This record gives sequence, C-alpha cells and structure tokens, in this order.
Amino acid sequence: MRIASNIGLIAWNCALAASETASNCMSFKRRRQGLNRTMKSAVVQLPGLNRDRDMIAALTKISGKAPVTVWQTETELPDVDLIVIPGGFSYGDYLRCGAIAARMPVMQAIKAKAEQGVKVLGVCNGFQILVEAGLLPGALMRNASLKFVCREVKLEVVNADTDFTRAYAKGQIIRSPVAHHDGNYFADSETLKSIEGNGQVVFRYAEGTNPNGSMGDIAGVMNKAGNVLGMMPHPENLIEAAHGGSDGRGIFASALEVIAA
Amino acid sequence: MIKARVTVTLKNGVLDPQGKAIEGALGALGFDGIGQVRQGKVFDLQIETGDKAKAEADLKAMCEKLLANTVIENYSISFA
Repeated sequence: MRIASNIGLIAWNCALAASETASNCMSFKRRRQGLNRTMKSAVVQLPGLNRDRDMIAALTKISGKAPVTVWQTETELPDVDLIVIPGGFSYGDYLRCGAIAARMPVMQAIKAKAEQGVKVLGVCNGFQILVEAGLLPGALMRNASLKFVCREVKLEVVNADTDFTRAYAKGQIIRSPVAHHDGNYFADSETLKSIEGNGQVVFRYAEGTNPNGSMGDIAGVMNKAGNVLGMMPHPENLIEAAHGGSDGRGIFASALEVIAA
Repeated sequence: MIKARVTVTLKNGVLDPQGKAIEGALGALGFDGIGQVRQGKVFDLQIETGDKAKAEADLKAMCEKLLANTVIENYSISFA
C-alpha cells in the first residue's frame, strides 16, 4: 500500500456545519436513537476477501466497538446498523469480479436487511459484489488501461446529503487510496441519467485522477433509497495520522453516526 | 446426457478494453484489415438429462442467474 507523502490533511469534520442540515430526503428514519447509542456494525467475510482486517480496524477505531464478523454461509444477520462488505478478491475473481460471492447465502440476508433500511457499504470488491447482486445499478468492468492500479486518487463528494457522507461538504475534495483491476464503472445511458438525476452518484474521481476509465468519473454509487453505498476507493486505509491522513474517516463517522448528525 | 455450449458476449456499446488490446496486438503481428475484436466467454456443460426442453430452460436460468451479467452481457445457448 502506497500512501502519498504529502500530508495534506483535510479535516473530515470541517464540513459538519455545512452538512448538518442533512435532510430526510435520502435517509430513512434511521437516526432514531441519536448519539448516545453505540452503533453496531458487521463485516462480511468470504474466501478471497483480504481487506476485512483493515475494515475491522477502521470500524473499531472509529465507533469504539469491534464489528461482528459474518461468514458467507450465514442466512441470518445480527441486529446491526451497518453491514460492510470489504475489498479483496472473493473467489479469485473467477467468472466476473464479485459474481460468485454475490450468489452466496449471506447476500440474500444482506438484501433482506437492506430492504429494511439497514445501511450497507461495499468497498472495492464489496462494491463489485453489490452490483453483481443487483443491490446497486451498473457494472464494474476491467480498467480501461487493463492494468491493476494501486495509488492515491482525489475524490469529489458529489452528494454530501447521505447517511455515508454527512461529515463532508458538497464538492469537497478528499484523498483516497485505490487498488483494483476492475473498477471501470459502466451503466447504460438510461441508468446513468437516472442515477445522476437522483443524486445516487456519491463520489467522483476528481482533478483528472480517474484511474480506471469509469463513465462520468464515477467512484461511488448508492441505491435509490440511499442506504446502500458502493465505492471502489478504500477509505478504511486513510483514517488516522499513521496512514498519512484521515480523509476516509468521515464515511464511517457518518454511517456510524459518531458525529453530530 | 446433453452437451450444451453457452456463449457470453458483451452487449453492443459496452467498451471492451481487452478486445481493443487484442485488436492492437493482432495488428502488430501484421494481420491487416481487422475491423474489430470483441472478447467473450464460452462455457461447455454436460447435463445429466434426456429432456432437452428442460435442459434449455435450466440453461437459460443459469445464464440469467450466474453465467452472464445481463447488465453488460448477452448470452446464447447451443446444443452439440
């Protein structure tokens, strides 16, 4: 993992004021208990996923509570507020990235939870699994360069009025590492138009840093209801000073409501 | 037993960077006049049944559920 040397710390919370009006248009009634309750999370584990430990560390550090781990064969999920599918190479990327993982029993359980309004975050391979499972629109194809990319990119927060991005301001540029071979977002023109119109495009690669040829520089997409987000970049790898920055922290802080909403 | 072949190809309009790279490589080998190369996948299946209609229905379901991603891919089924 290469972390850029410039320590351009953009405080993730500088945007709080701007986004605290977080309206109810994109969020369910999930902000019920407010700040006093520790939000619970779960991390899904499948053979070939390898970013689960990074994700567990990030969630533990940010929420103060270790996530529950859930194996792919589970058909019932614990009662949690956030389910995270981490990155990696589930099933060796055989057939298509995320294709086989998306058909495992745990995904049916995740679908059911998502329909109830539980937040679901898929990062990298997790994003690929979510699109393969039909929980998110579009598809992720081989990078236009045909090369695996492992570097830092800039992301524009396109929609800061979501349960995952409340800690940022609209238009804010944040740093994030990426590491993938198949992150080239594709959707047919009708779908593209609809997700752009609905505010479902949450992150875009900014400042010419699109690493994979994604349409519209799309880096992160959510479902129409606003409780399922998939993104290729790895925010869990930029959450503290030891990482050289904490730009990614806001996503978890928002989703786990450890900031004033 | 029925032997079937499923062919999965990218839909028209979907960018195929791998096909493009192969096209370029063929050109570099001196094969002229190649309009376009599109890469796809082939699956050969042996199905333990004598009922061709059922096999075809099952194969269609397999394509829809797993073998093809119908967001970006088309599929066709043929029998040996």
